[in-house]
Amino acid sequence: MRTALADRTSDVRATWPPLPRRTRPRPTLLTIRTPISRRAATTLTVLSLAVPFTAWVVLSASGAVPATFLPSPGAVLSAGWEMARSGELAVDVWTTTRRVLEGFGLAVLVSVPLGILMGTFHAGQAAFEPLIGLLRYLPASAFIPLLIIWLGLGEPSKIAILFIGTVFFNTLMTADVVRGVPRSLIDVSYTLGARRGEVLRKVVVPHSLPGIIDAVRVNAAAAWNFVVVAELVNSTAGLGYRIVRAQRFLQTDKIFAVLVVIGVIGVMIDVALRLVRARVGRWAG
Amino acid sequence: MTLELVDVSMDYRLHGQQKRALDGVSLTVSPGEFLCVVGASGSGKSTLLSLVAGLTTPTGGEITLDGHPITGPGPDRGLVFQTGSLYPWRTVERNVAFGLELLALDTAERGRRVDWYLAETGLAGVRRSLPRQLSGGQQQRVAIARALVCEPDVLLLDEPFGALDVQTKEDMQLLIRQIWRDTGTTVLMVTHDVEEAVFLGTRVVVLASDPGRVAAETSIPLPDDRGLATKRTLAFLNLRASIEDMVRASHRSGVTR
Ligand SMILES: Nc1ncnc2c1ncn2[C@@H]1O[C@H](COP(=O)(O)OP(=O)(O)O)[C@@H](O)[C@H]1O
Ligand SMILES: [Mg+2]
Repeated sequence: MRTALADRTSDVRATWPPLPRRTRPRPTLLTIRTPISRRAATTLTVLSLAVPFTAWVVLSASGAVPATFLPSPGAVLSAGWEMARSGELAVDVWTTTRRVLEGFGLAVLVSVPLGILMGTFHAGQAAFEPLIGLLRYLPASAFIPLLIIWLGLGEPSKIAILFIGTVFFNTLMTADVVRGVPRSLIDVSYTLGARRGEVLRKVVVPHSLPGIIDAVRVNAAAAWNFVVVAELVNSTAGLGYRIVRAQRFLQTDKIFAVLVVIGVIGVMIDVALRLVRARVGRWAG
Repeated sequence: MTLELVDVSMDYRLHGQQKRALDGVSLTVSPGEFLCVVGASGSGKSTLLSLVAGLTTPTGGEITLDGHPITGPGPDRGLVFQTGSLYPWRTVERNVAFGLELLALDTAERGRRVDWYLAETGLAGVRRSLPRQLSGGQQQRVAIARALVCEPDVLLLDEPFGALDVQTKEDMQLLIRQIWRDTGTTVLMVTHDVEEAVFLGTRVVVLASDPGRVAAETSIPLPDDRGLATKRTLAFLNLRASIEDMVRASHRSGVTR
Protein backbone atom coordinates (compact mmCIF):
# COMPACT_ATOMS: atom_id res chain seq x y z
CA MET A 1 0.00 0.00 0.00
CA ARG A 2 2.61 2.51 1.11
CA THR A 3 4.89 1.95 -1.87
CA ALA A 4 1.98 2.28 -4.26
CA LEU A 5 1.12 5.58 -2.63
CA ALA A 6 4.71 6.77 -2.57
CA ASP A 7 4.88 6.32 -6.35
CA ARG A 8 2.26 9.01 -6.72
CA THR A 9 4.48 12.03 -6.28
CA SER A 10 1.54 14.42 -6.24
CA ASP A 11 0.11 12.72 -3.13
CA VAL A 12 1.18 14.67 -0.03
CA ARG A 13 0.65 11.57 2.04
CA ALA A 14 3.80 10.13 0.47
CA THR A 15 5.86 12.44 2.65
CA TRP A 16 4.16 11.33 5.87
CA PRO A 17 6.05 8.87 8.08
CA PRO A 18 4.29 5.51 8.51
CA LEU A 19 1.89 5.39 11.47
CA PRO A 20 3.44 3.68 14.49
CA ARG A 21 1.92 0.28 15.28
CA ARG A 22 1.18 -0.56 18.88
CA THR A 23 1.91 -4.02 20.23
CA ARG A 24 -1.08 -6.00 21.39
CA PRO A 25 -1.11 -6.72 25.12
CA ARG A 26 -1.46 -10.36 26.14
CA PRO A 27 -4.95 -11.32 27.39
CA THR A 28 -5.13 -11.38 31.19
CA LEU A 29 -7.63 -12.04 33.93
CA LEU A 30 -8.87 -8.50 33.35
CA THR A 31 -9.58 -8.58 29.62
CA ILE A 32 -12.90 -6.84 29.01
CA ARG A 33 -15.85 -9.22 28.61
CA THR A 34 -13.67 -12.28 28.18
CA PRO A 35 -14.44 -15.53 29.96
CA ILE A 36 -11.86 -16.70 32.51
CA SER A 37 -11.08 -20.31 33.33
CA ARG A 38 -13.46 -22.21 35.57
CA ARG A 39 -10.74 -22.66 38.14
CA ALA A 40 -9.92 -18.96 38.25
CA ALA A 41 -13.60 -18.13 38.66
CA THR A 42 -14.10 -20.63 41.49
CA THR A 43 -10.94 -19.48 43.23
CA LEU A 44 -12.09 -15.85 43.11
CA THR A 45 -15.53 -16.72 44.45
CA VAL A 46 -14.19 -18.87 47.27
CA LEU A 47 -11.63 -16.23 48.21
CA SER A 48 -14.24 -13.47 48.21
CA LEU A 49 -16.15 -15.38 50.89
CA ALA A 50 -13.25 -17.00 52.74
CA VAL A 51 -11.18 -13.85 53.24
CA PRO A 52 -13.77 -11.81 55.17
CA PHE A 53 -14.80 -14.88 57.13
CA THR A 54 -11.23 -15.67 58.11
CA ALA A 55 -10.69 -12.04 59.06
CA TRP A 56 -13.72 -12.32 61.33
CA VAL A 57 -12.45 -15.52 62.96
CA VAL A 58 -8.95 -14.14 63.49
CA LEU A 59 -10.15 -10.77 64.76
CA SER A 60 -12.57 -12.22 67.29
CA ALA A 61 -10.13 -14.94 68.45
CA SER A 62 -7.23 -12.50 68.88
CA GLY A 63 -9.15 -10.64 71.54
CA ALA A 64 -8.25 -7.35 69.90
CA VAL A 65 -11.96 -6.54 69.72
CA PRO A 66 -14.20 -7.17 72.77
CA ALA A 67 -16.76 -9.96 72.28
CA THR A 68 -19.64 -7.53 72.90
CA PHE A 69 -18.50 -5.67 69.80
CA LEU A 70 -17.57 -8.58 67.61
CA PRO A 71 -18.79 -12.00 68.74
CA SER A 72 -16.99 -15.09 67.49
CA PRO A 73 -18.58 -17.19 64.74
CA GLY A 74 -19.09 -19.94 67.32
CA ALA A 75 -21.01 -17.60 69.62
CA VAL A 76 -23.18 -16.42 66.71
CA LEU A 77 -23.89 -20.01 65.72
CA SER A 78 -24.92 -21.01 69.21
CA ALA A 79 -27.05 -17.88 69.63
CA GLY A 80 -28.79 -18.76 66.38
CA TRP A 81 -29.19 -22.36 67.43
CA GLU A 82 -30.64 -21.26 70.75
CA MET A 83 -33.21 -19.03 69.02
CA ALA A 84 -34.10 -21.78 66.58
CA ARG A 85 -34.50 -24.33 69.38
CA SER A 86 -36.78 -22.13 71.47
CA GLY A 87 -39.07 -21.56 68.47
CA GLU A 88 -38.45 -17.82 68.73
CA LEU A 89 -36.68 -17.70 65.37
CA ALA A 90 -39.49 -19.45 63.50
CA VAL A 91 -42.03 -16.95 64.85
CA ASP A 92 -39.81 -14.01 63.94
CA VAL A 93 -39.08 -15.30 60.47
CA TRP A 94 -42.71 -16.01 59.77
CA THR A 95 -43.90 -12.65 61.15
CA THR A 96 -41.43 -10.76 58.99
CA THR A 97 -42.04 -12.89 55.92
CA ARG A 98 -45.78 -12.43 56.24
CA ARG A 99 -45.36 -8.67 56.39
CA VAL A 100 -43.27 -8.75 53.23
CA LEU A 101 -45.78 -10.98 51.47
CA GLU A 102 -48.63 -8.65 52.40
CA GLY A 103 -46.96 -5.28 51.93
CA PHE A 104 -44.86 -6.07 48.87
CA GLY A 105 -47.55 -8.36 47.47
CA LEU A 106 -49.99 -5.47 47.59
CA ALA A 107 -47.38 -3.20 45.99
CA VAL A 108 -46.90 -5.68 43.12
CA LEU A 109 -50.65 -6.01 42.65
CA VAL A 110 -50.95 -2.24 42.29
CA SER A 111 -47.69 -1.38 40.55
CA VAL A 112 -47.69 -3.95 37.75
CA PRO A 113 -51.06 -2.98 36.26
CA LEU A 114 -50.31 0.69 36.85
CA GLY A 115 -46.89 0.36 35.22
CA ILE A 116 -48.41 -1.43 32.23
CA LEU A 117 -50.96 1.37 31.95
CA MET A 118 -48.23 4.02 32.09
CA GLY A 119 -45.98 2.21 29.66
CA THR A 120 -48.73 1.54 27.15
CA PHE A 121 -50.85 4.66 27.05
CA HIS A 122 -49.56 8.19 26.77
CA ALA A 123 -52.60 9.19 28.81
CA GLY A 124 -51.49 6.88 31.61
CA GLN A 125 -48.02 8.32 31.53
CA ALA A 126 -49.26 11.90 31.54
CA ALA A 127 -51.61 11.20 34.43
CA PHE A 128 -49.33 9.25 36.76
CA GLU A 129 -45.69 9.86 35.91
CA PRO A 130 -45.30 13.31 37.57
CA LEU A 131 -46.82 12.29 40.90
CA ILE A 132 -45.13 8.90 41.10
CA GLY A 133 -41.84 10.36 39.94
CA LEU A 134 -42.05 12.76 42.90
CA LEU A 135 -43.31 10.31 45.51
CA ARG A 136 -40.50 7.93 44.66
CA TYR A 137 -38.00 10.37 46.13
CA LEU A 138 -39.69 10.55 49.52
CA PRO A 139 -37.92 8.06 51.78
CA ALA A 140 -40.34 5.46 53.06
CA SER A 141 -38.78 5.48 56.52
CA ALA A 142 -39.70 9.16 56.82
CA PHE A 143 -43.33 8.08 56.58
CA ILE A 144 -43.09 5.91 59.70
CA PRO A 145 -44.17 8.61 62.19
CA LEU A 146 -46.96 9.76 59.92
CA LEU A 147 -48.20 6.24 59.31
CA ILE A 148 -48.20 5.51 63.03
CA ILE A 149 -50.39 8.58 63.55
CA TRP A 150 -52.69 7.53 60.73
CA LEU A 151 -52.79 3.77 61.15
CA GLY A 152 -51.65 3.14 64.71
CA LEU A 153 -48.85 0.93 65.96
CA GLY A 154 -50.17 -2.36 64.64
CA GLU A 155 -49.68 -4.32 61.44
CA PRO A 156 -51.32 -1.86 59.01
CA SER A 157 -48.67 0.82 59.47
CA LYS A 158 -45.86 -1.68 58.88
CA ILE A 159 -47.47 -3.05 55.77
CA ALA A 160 -48.08 0.49 54.57
CA ILE A 161 -44.38 1.33 54.87
CA LEU A 162 -43.44 -1.67 52.80
CA PHE A 163 -46.04 -0.70 50.27
CA ILE A 164 -44.89 2.91 50.06
CA GLY A 165 -41.27 1.87 49.90
CA THR A 166 -41.69 -0.35 46.89
CA VAL A 167 -44.81 0.55 44.93
CA PHE A 168 -43.47 3.64 43.18
CA PHE A 169 -40.21 2.14 42.05
CA ASN A 170 -41.89 -1.01 40.86
CA THR A 171 -44.43 1.04 38.91
CA LEU A 172 -41.82 3.13 37.15
CA MET A 173 -39.60 0.14 36.41
CA THR A 174 -42.55 -1.80 35.03
CA ALA A 175 -43.53 1.18 32.87
CA ASP A 176 -39.99 1.32 31.49
CA VAL A 177 -40.04 -2.37 30.65
CA VAL A 178 -43.39 -2.03 28.91
CA ARG A 179 -42.18 0.95 26.92
CA GLY A 180 -39.48 -1.35 25.58
CA VAL A 181 -41.97 -3.47 23.63
CA PRO A 182 -40.96 -2.86 20.00
CA ARG A 183 -43.35 -0.68 18.05
CA SER A 184 -43.15 -3.10 15.12
CA LEU A 185 -44.56 -5.95 17.24
CA ILE A 186 -47.55 -3.85 18.21
CA ASP A 187 -48.10 -2.64 14.66
CA VAL A 188 -47.85 -6.09 13.16
CA SER A 189 -50.35 -7.41 15.71
CA TYR A 190 -52.92 -4.88 14.59
CA THR A 191 -52.37 -5.88 10.97
CA LEU A 192 -53.01 -9.49 12.00
CA GLY A 193 -56.40 -8.43 13.31
CA ALA A 194 -55.73 -8.00 17.03
CA ARG A 195 -57.74 -5.43 18.94
CA ARG A 196 -56.38 -3.20 21.69
CA GLY A 197 -57.11 -5.61 24.55
CA GLU A 198 -55.63 -8.52 22.61
CA VAL A 199 -52.50 -6.55 21.82
CA LEU A 200 -52.12 -5.85 25.54
CA ARG A 201 -52.79 -9.40 26.63
CA LYS A 202 -51.07 -11.32 23.86
CA VAL A 203 -48.18 -9.01 22.98
CA VAL A 204 -47.39 -6.32 25.54
CA VAL A 205 -47.70 -8.50 28.64
CA PRO A 206 -45.82 -11.58 27.41
CA HIS A 207 -43.03 -9.45 25.97
CA SER A 208 -42.71 -7.51 29.24
CA LEU A 209 -43.02 -10.39 31.66
CA PRO A 210 -39.31 -11.23 32.07
CA GLY A 211 -38.49 -7.57 32.61
CA ILE A 212 -41.31 -7.19 35.11
CA ILE A 213 -39.99 -10.14 37.08
CA ASP A 214 -36.57 -8.47 37.06
CA ALA A 215 -38.14 -5.33 38.51
CA VAL A 216 -39.92 -7.38 41.16
CA ARG A 217 -36.65 -9.08 42.05
CA VAL A 218 -34.88 -5.76 42.57
CA ASN A 219 -37.74 -4.36 44.62
CA ALA A 220 -38.17 -7.53 46.66
CA ALA A 221 -34.70 -6.81 48.03
CA ALA A 222 -35.85 -3.29 48.91
CA ALA A 223 -38.98 -4.70 50.57
CA TRP A 224 -36.86 -7.03 52.65
CA ASN A 225 -34.82 -4.02 53.79
CA PHE A 226 -37.87 -1.90 54.59
CA VAL A 227 -39.55 -4.55 56.68
CA VAL A 228 -36.62 -4.71 59.06
CA VAL A 229 -36.56 -0.91 59.32
CA ALA A 230 -40.31 -0.90 59.97
CA GLU A 231 -39.89 -3.49 62.73
CA LEU A 232 -37.25 -1.46 64.49
CA VAL A 233 -40.09 0.79 65.65
CA ASN A 234 -42.60 -0.70 68.01
CA SER A 235 -43.09 -4.37 67.26
CA THR A 236 -43.64 -7.45 69.33
CA ALA A 237 -42.16 -9.94 66.90
CA GLY A 238 -40.14 -10.09 63.72
CA LEU A 239 -36.47 -10.11 62.80
CA GLY A 240 -36.11 -6.33 63.13
CA TYR A 241 -37.73 -6.44 66.54
CA ARG A 242 -35.37 -9.21 67.59
CA ILE A 243 -32.38 -7.01 66.68
CA VAL A 244 -33.65 -4.08 68.74
CA ARG A 245 -34.34 -6.33 71.70
CA ALA A 246 -30.95 -7.99 71.51
CA GLN A 247 -29.35 -4.55 71.41
CA ARG A 248 -31.07 -3.64 74.68
CA PHE A 249 -29.33 -6.57 76.38
CA LEU A 250 -26.05 -6.10 74.52
CA GLN A 251 -26.49 -9.54 72.88
CA THR A 252 -24.32 -8.83 69.85
CA ASP A 253 -24.10 -12.52 69.03
CA LYS A 254 -27.88 -12.60 68.67
CA ILE A 255 -27.85 -9.51 66.42
CA PHE A 256 -25.28 -11.18 64.19
CA ALA A 257 -27.31 -14.36 64.06
CA VAL A 258 -30.44 -12.44 63.00
CA LEU A 259 -28.44 -10.55 60.37
CA VAL A 260 -27.22 -13.85 58.94
CA VAL A 261 -30.80 -15.15 58.83
CA ILE A 262 -31.95 -11.98 57.07
CA GLY A 263 -29.18 -12.35 54.52
CA VAL A 264 -29.89 -16.02 53.89
CA ILE A 265 -33.61 -15.47 53.39
CA GLY A 266 -32.85 -12.54 51.08
CA VAL A 267 -30.60 -14.70 48.94
CA MET A 268 -33.25 -17.43 48.87
CA ILE A 269 -35.87 -14.98 47.60
CA ASP A 270 -33.44 -13.75 44.97
CA VAL A 271 -32.56 -17.23 43.78
CA ALA A 272 -36.23 -18.23 43.62
CA LEU A 273 -37.10 -15.18 41.52
CA ARG A 274 -34.08 -15.78 39.32
CA LEU A 275 -35.33 -19.28 38.62
CA VAL A 276 -38.78 -17.98 37.74
CA ARG A 277 -37.18 -15.35 35.51
CA ALA A 278 -35.05 -17.91 33.73
CA ARG A 279 -38.10 -20.07 33.11
CA VAL A 280 -40.36 -17.28 31.90
CA GLY A 281 -37.64 -15.57 29.87
CA ARG A 282 -36.31 -18.69 28.19
CA TRP A 283 -37.34 -17.31 24.78
CA ALA A 284 -35.03 -14.34 25.20
CA GLY A 285 -32.11 -16.79 25.27
CA MET B 1 -60.27 -6.51 -4.67
CA THR B 2 -58.66 -3.33 -5.93
CA LEU B 3 -56.42 -1.14 -3.83
CA GLU B 4 -56.53 2.46 -4.86
CA LEU B 5 -54.49 5.44 -3.71
CA VAL B 6 -55.76 8.80 -4.92
CA ASP B 7 -53.54 11.83 -4.54
CA VAL B 8 -52.16 10.59 -1.22
CA SER B 9 -49.89 12.91 0.74
CA MET B 10 -48.20 12.44 4.07
CA ASP B 11 -46.61 15.11 6.23
CA TYR B 12 -44.67 14.29 9.34
CA ARG B 13 -44.05 16.81 12.08
CA LEU B 14 -40.57 16.52 13.46
CA HIS B 15 -39.20 19.02 16.00
CA GLY B 16 -41.94 21.45 15.02
CA GLN B 17 -40.94 21.22 11.36
CA GLN B 18 -43.15 19.87 8.67
CA LYS B 19 -41.63 17.17 6.52
CA ARG B 20 -43.43 15.99 3.40
CA ALA B 21 -42.77 12.28 3.03
CA LEU B 22 -45.25 11.60 0.24
CA ASP B 23 -46.66 14.07 -2.24
CA GLY B 24 -49.74 13.33 -4.32
CA VAL B 25 -49.20 9.63 -4.83
CA SER B 26 -51.80 7.93 -6.98
CA LEU B 27 -51.63 4.19 -7.56
CA THR B 28 -53.95 1.35 -8.40
CA VAL B 29 -53.16 -2.20 -7.43
CA SER B 30 -55.30 -4.64 -9.37
CA PRO B 31 -56.39 -8.05 -8.12
CA GLY B 32 -53.73 -10.72 -8.51
CA GLU B 33 -51.05 -8.22 -9.38
CA PHE B 34 -47.50 -8.23 -8.00
CA LEU B 35 -46.66 -4.53 -7.83
CA CYS B 36 -43.18 -3.48 -6.84
CA VAL B 37 -42.46 0.08 -5.75
CA VAL B 38 -38.78 1.00 -6.00
CA GLY B 39 -37.14 4.07 -4.57
CA ALA B 40 -34.05 5.17 -2.76
CA SER B 41 -33.88 5.04 1.00
CA GLY B 42 -35.97 7.87 2.42
CA SER B 43 -38.24 8.11 -0.60
CA GLY B 44 -41.28 7.25 1.50
CA LYS B 45 -41.64 3.53 0.80
CA SER B 46 -42.29 2.52 4.39
CA THR B 47 -44.59 5.49 4.81
CA LEU B 48 -46.58 4.32 1.80
CA LEU B 49 -47.04 0.80 3.17
CA SER B 50 -47.86 2.03 6.64
CA LEU B 51 -50.62 4.15 5.14
CA VAL B 52 -52.02 1.24 3.15
CA ALA B 53 -51.79 -0.96 6.24
CA GLY B 54 -53.79 1.68 8.09
CA LEU B 55 -51.17 2.15 10.79
CA THR B 56 -51.02 5.85 9.92
CA THR B 57 -53.54 8.18 8.31
CA PRO B 58 -52.65 10.23 5.24
CA THR B 59 -52.67 13.99 5.67
CA GLY B 60 -54.15 14.27 2.18
CA GLY B 61 -55.89 12.11 -0.39
CA GLU B 62 -57.68 8.82 0.00
CA ILE B 63 -56.88 5.14 0.10
CA THR B 64 -59.61 2.64 -0.67
CA LEU B 65 -59.84 -1.12 -0.79
CA ASP B 66 -62.66 -2.21 -3.08
CA GLY B 67 -64.05 1.28 -2.81
CA HIS B 68 -64.11 1.30 1.00
CA PRO B 69 -61.83 3.85 2.66
CA ILE B 70 -59.16 2.38 4.90
CA THR B 71 -59.79 3.38 8.48
CA GLY B 72 -57.25 1.28 10.36
CA PRO B 73 -55.12 -1.83 10.29
CA GLY B 74 -56.67 -5.22 9.66
CA PRO B 75 -55.90 -8.76 8.52
CA ASP B 76 -57.18 -7.99 5.02
CA ARG B 77 -53.87 -6.20 4.50
CA GLY B 78 -51.06 -8.38 5.85
CA LEU B 79 -47.77 -6.59 6.49
CA VAL B 80 -44.23 -7.98 6.57
CA PHE B 81 -41.39 -5.79 7.82
CA GLN B 82 -37.71 -6.02 6.98
CA THR B 83 -36.81 -7.64 10.32
CA GLY B 84 -37.74 -8.19 13.90
CA SER B 85 -41.49 -8.42 13.94
CA LEU B 86 -41.83 -12.04 15.10
CA TYR B 87 -43.11 -12.75 18.60
CA PRO B 88 -39.89 -13.99 20.20
CA TRP B 89 -41.68 -16.01 22.90
CA ARG B 90 -43.85 -17.91 20.41
CA THR B 91 -42.68 -20.91 18.44
CA VAL B 92 -42.81 -20.79 14.66
CA GLU B 93 -46.20 -22.49 14.51
CA ARG B 94 -47.65 -20.28 17.22
CA ASN B 95 -46.34 -17.17 15.45
CA VAL B 96 -48.09 -18.31 12.29
CA ALA B 97 -51.25 -19.13 14.26
CA PHE B 98 -51.47 -15.69 15.90
CA GLY B 99 -54.06 -14.19 13.57
CA LEU B 100 -56.18 -17.35 13.62
CA GLU B 101 -56.19 -17.49 17.43
CA LEU B 102 -58.14 -14.25 17.36
CA LEU B 103 -60.93 -15.85 15.32
CA ALA B 104 -63.60 -18.30 16.35
CA LEU B 105 -61.99 -21.32 14.73
CA ASP B 106 -61.75 -24.78 16.21
CA THR B 107 -58.29 -26.20 16.84
CA ALA B 108 -58.42 -28.65 13.95
CA GLU B 109 -59.36 -25.97 11.46
CA ARG B 110 -56.65 -23.67 12.74
CA GLY B 111 -54.07 -26.46 12.71
CA ARG B 112 -54.95 -27.45 9.15
CA ARG B 113 -54.44 -23.91 7.90
CA VAL B 114 -51.21 -23.35 9.83
CA ASP B 115 -49.86 -26.67 8.52
CA TRP B 116 -50.56 -25.68 4.93
CA TYR B 117 -48.71 -22.38 5.17
CA LEU B 118 -45.82 -23.92 7.11
CA ALA B 119 -45.44 -26.44 4.30
CA GLU B 120 -45.82 -23.77 1.62
CA THR B 121 -43.04 -21.69 3.18
CA GLY B 122 -40.82 -24.70 3.92
CA LEU B 123 -41.02 -24.31 7.69
CA ALA B 124 -42.58 -27.64 8.68
CA GLY B 125 -39.25 -28.88 10.02
CA VAL B 126 -38.75 -25.96 12.40
CA ARG B 127 -42.33 -25.52 13.56
CA ARG B 128 -41.45 -25.87 17.22
CA SER B 129 -38.36 -23.64 17.11
CA LEU B 130 -38.23 -20.18 18.61
CA PRO B 131 -37.51 -17.23 16.30
CA ARG B 132 -34.04 -16.68 17.72
CA GLN B 133 -33.10 -20.23 16.69
CA LEU B 134 -33.87 -19.47 13.04
CA SER B 135 -31.79 -17.97 10.26
CA GLY B 136 -32.76 -14.58 8.87
CA GLY B 137 -34.39 -16.17 5.82
CA GLN B 138 -36.43 -18.55 7.95
CA GLN B 139 -37.57 -15.69 10.16
CA GLN B 140 -38.85 -13.79 7.14
CA ARG B 141 -40.66 -16.90 5.93
CA VAL B 142 -42.43 -17.09 9.30
CA ALA B 143 -43.46 -13.45 8.98
CA ILE B 144 -44.80 -14.11 5.47
CA ALA B 145 -46.66 -17.26 6.52
CA ARG B 146 -48.13 -15.46 9.51
CA ALA B 147 -49.53 -12.72 7.27
CA LEU B 148 -50.77 -15.12 4.57
CA VAL B 149 -52.61 -17.45 6.92
CA CYS B 150 -55.06 -14.59 7.52
CA GLU B 151 -55.87 -14.68 3.79
CA PRO B 152 -55.21 -10.99 3.15
CA ASP B 153 -56.66 -9.27 0.11
CA VAL B 154 -53.25 -7.77 -0.40
CA LEU B 155 -49.89 -8.75 1.06
CA LEU B 156 -47.71 -5.74 1.90
CA LEU B 157 -43.97 -6.38 1.90
CA ASP B 158 -41.59 -3.70 3.22
CA GLU B 159 -38.12 -4.60 1.94
CA PRO B 160 -38.63 -8.09 3.33
CA PHE B 161 -35.33 -9.45 2.00
CA GLY B 162 -33.26 -6.33 2.56
CA ALA B 163 -31.34 -7.77 5.50
CA LEU B 164 -30.53 -11.12 3.88
CA ASP B 165 -27.39 -12.28 2.11
CA VAL B 166 -27.56 -12.53 -1.68
CA GLN B 167 -28.04 -16.31 -1.86
CA THR B 168 -30.80 -16.39 0.75
CA LYS B 169 -32.37 -13.38 -0.86
CA GLU B 170 -32.59 -15.20 -4.19
CA ASP B 171 -34.09 -18.25 -2.50
CA MET B 172 -36.68 -16.01 -0.92
CA GLN B 173 -37.42 -14.27 -4.21
CA LEU B 174 -38.13 -17.62 -5.84
CA LEU B 175 -40.26 -18.60 -2.85
CA ILE B 176 -42.37 -15.46 -2.86
CA ARG B 177 -42.93 -15.81 -6.62
CA GLN B 178 -44.00 -19.40 -6.01
CA ILE B 179 -46.33 -18.40 -3.17
CA TRP B 180 -47.80 -15.62 -5.27
CA ARG B 181 -48.54 -18.05 -8.07
CA ASP B 182 -49.87 -20.77 -5.72
CA THR B 183 -52.15 -18.53 -3.72
CA GLY B 184 -53.13 -15.85 -6.22
CA THR B 185 -52.60 -13.22 -3.53
CA THR B 186 -52.21 -9.63 -4.58
CA VAL B 187 -48.80 -8.34 -3.52
CA LEU B 188 -47.62 -4.79 -2.98
CA MET B 189 -43.91 -4.79 -2.28
CA VAL B 190 -41.53 -1.90 -1.73
CA THR B 191 -37.78 -2.24 -2.18
CA HIS B 192 -34.72 -0.21 -3.05
CA ASP B 193 -33.40 -3.11 -5.11
CA VAL B 194 -34.29 -2.63 -8.77
CA GLU B 195 -33.19 -6.11 -9.79
CA GLU B 196 -35.51 -7.57 -7.17
CA ALA B 197 -38.39 -5.38 -8.30
CA VAL B 198 -37.97 -6.38 -11.95
CA PHE B 199 -37.59 -10.05 -11.11
CA LEU B 200 -40.65 -10.19 -8.86
CA GLY B 201 -43.05 -7.63 -10.18
CA THR B 202 -45.67 -7.73 -12.85
CA ARG B 203 -45.42 -3.97 -12.72
CA VAL B 204 -42.87 -1.56 -11.24
CA VAL B 205 -43.49 1.94 -9.92
CA VAL B 206 -40.53 4.25 -9.37
CA LEU B 207 -40.74 6.56 -6.41
CA ALA B 208 -38.82 9.85 -6.49
CA SER B 209 -37.35 11.15 -3.25
CA ASP B 210 -37.96 14.23 -1.22
CA PRO B 211 -40.86 14.40 -1.30
CA GLY B 212 -41.82 10.87 -2.31
CA ARG B 213 -43.86 10.86 -5.48
CA VAL B 214 -44.49 8.59 -8.43
CA ALA B 215 -41.81 9.28 -11.01
CA ALA B 216 -42.49 6.53 -13.49
CA GLU B 217 -44.21 3.25 -13.89
CA THR B 218 -43.73 0.38 -16.23
CA SER B 219 -45.11 -3.08 -16.68
CA ILE B 220 -42.71 -6.00 -16.68
CA PRO B 221 -43.31 -8.07 -19.81
CA LEU B 222 -41.38 -11.10 -18.57
CA PRO B 223 -42.91 -14.58 -18.58
CA ASP B 224 -44.80 -15.66 -15.45
CA ASP B 225 -42.50 -18.61 -15.03
CA ARG B 226 -39.30 -16.92 -13.86
CA GLY B 227 -36.16 -18.60 -12.60
CA LEU B 228 -32.75 -17.30 -11.64
CA ALA B 229 -31.74 -17.67 -15.30
CA THR B 230 -34.31 -15.01 -16.14
CA LYS B 231 -32.02 -12.50 -14.46
CA ARG B 232 -29.43 -13.12 -17.19
CA THR B 233 -31.74 -12.62 -20.16
CA LEU B 234 -31.40 -9.56 -22.33
CA ALA B 235 -35.00 -8.54 -21.75
CA PHE B 236 -34.42 -8.59 -18.00
CA LEU B 237 -31.15 -6.70 -18.16
CA ASN B 238 -32.63 -4.02 -20.39
CA LEU B 239 -35.62 -3.52 -18.10
CA ARG B 240 -33.35 -3.39 -15.11
CA ALA B 241 -31.03 -0.84 -16.70
CA SER B 242 -33.84 1.47 -17.77
CA ILE B 243 -35.49 1.36 -14.34
CA GLU B 244 -32.17 1.91 -12.61
CA ASP B 245 -31.74 5.00 -14.76
CA MET B 246 -35.16 6.24 -13.69
CA VAL B 247 -34.39 5.66 -10.02
CA ARG B 248 -31.08 7.46 -10.34
CA ALA B 249 -32.63 10.38 -12.19
CA SER B 250 -35.29 10.79 -9.55
CA HIS B 251 -32.88 10.56 -6.63
CA ARG B 252 -31.23 13.80 -5.65
CA SER B 253 -27.81 12.71 -4.58
CA GLY B 254 -26.16 14.33 -1.59
CA VAL B 255 -22.74 12.80 -2.05
CA THR B 256 -21.35 14.69 -5.03
CA ARG B 257 -18.12 16.65 -4.88
N1 LIG C 1 -42.33 8.89 12.12
C1 LIG C 1 -41.70 9.81 11.37
N2 LIG C 1 -41.53 11.07 11.81
C2 LIG C 1 -40.91 11.98 11.07
N3 LIG C 1 -40.41 11.75 9.85
C3 LIG C 1 -40.51 10.52 9.35
C4 LIG C 1 -41.16 9.49 10.08
N4 LIG C 1 -41.12 8.36 9.33
C5 LIG C 1 -40.49 8.69 8.19
N5 LIG C 1 -40.12 9.99 8.18
C6 LIG C 1 -39.42 10.69 7.10
O1 LIG C 1 -40.15 10.48 5.92
C7 LIG C 1 -39.28 10.19 4.84
C8 LIG C 1 -39.65 8.85 4.23
O2 LIG C 1 -39.33 7.84 5.18
P1 LIG C 1 -39.62 6.30 4.89
O3 LIG C 1 -41.03 6.15 4.50
O4 LIG C 1 -39.17 5.54 6.07
O5 LIG C 1 -38.69 6.03 3.64
P2 LIG C 1 -38.13 4.64 3.08
O6 LIG C 1 -38.91 3.54 3.69
O7 LIG C 1 -38.31 4.77 1.60
O8 LIG C 1 -36.69 4.59 3.43
C9 LIG C 1 -37.88 10.25 5.38
O9 LIG C 1 -37.34 11.51 5.07
C10 LIG C 1 -38.04 10.10 6.86
O10 LIG C 1 -37.06 10.82 7.54
MG1 LIG D 1 -38.23 1.84 4.80
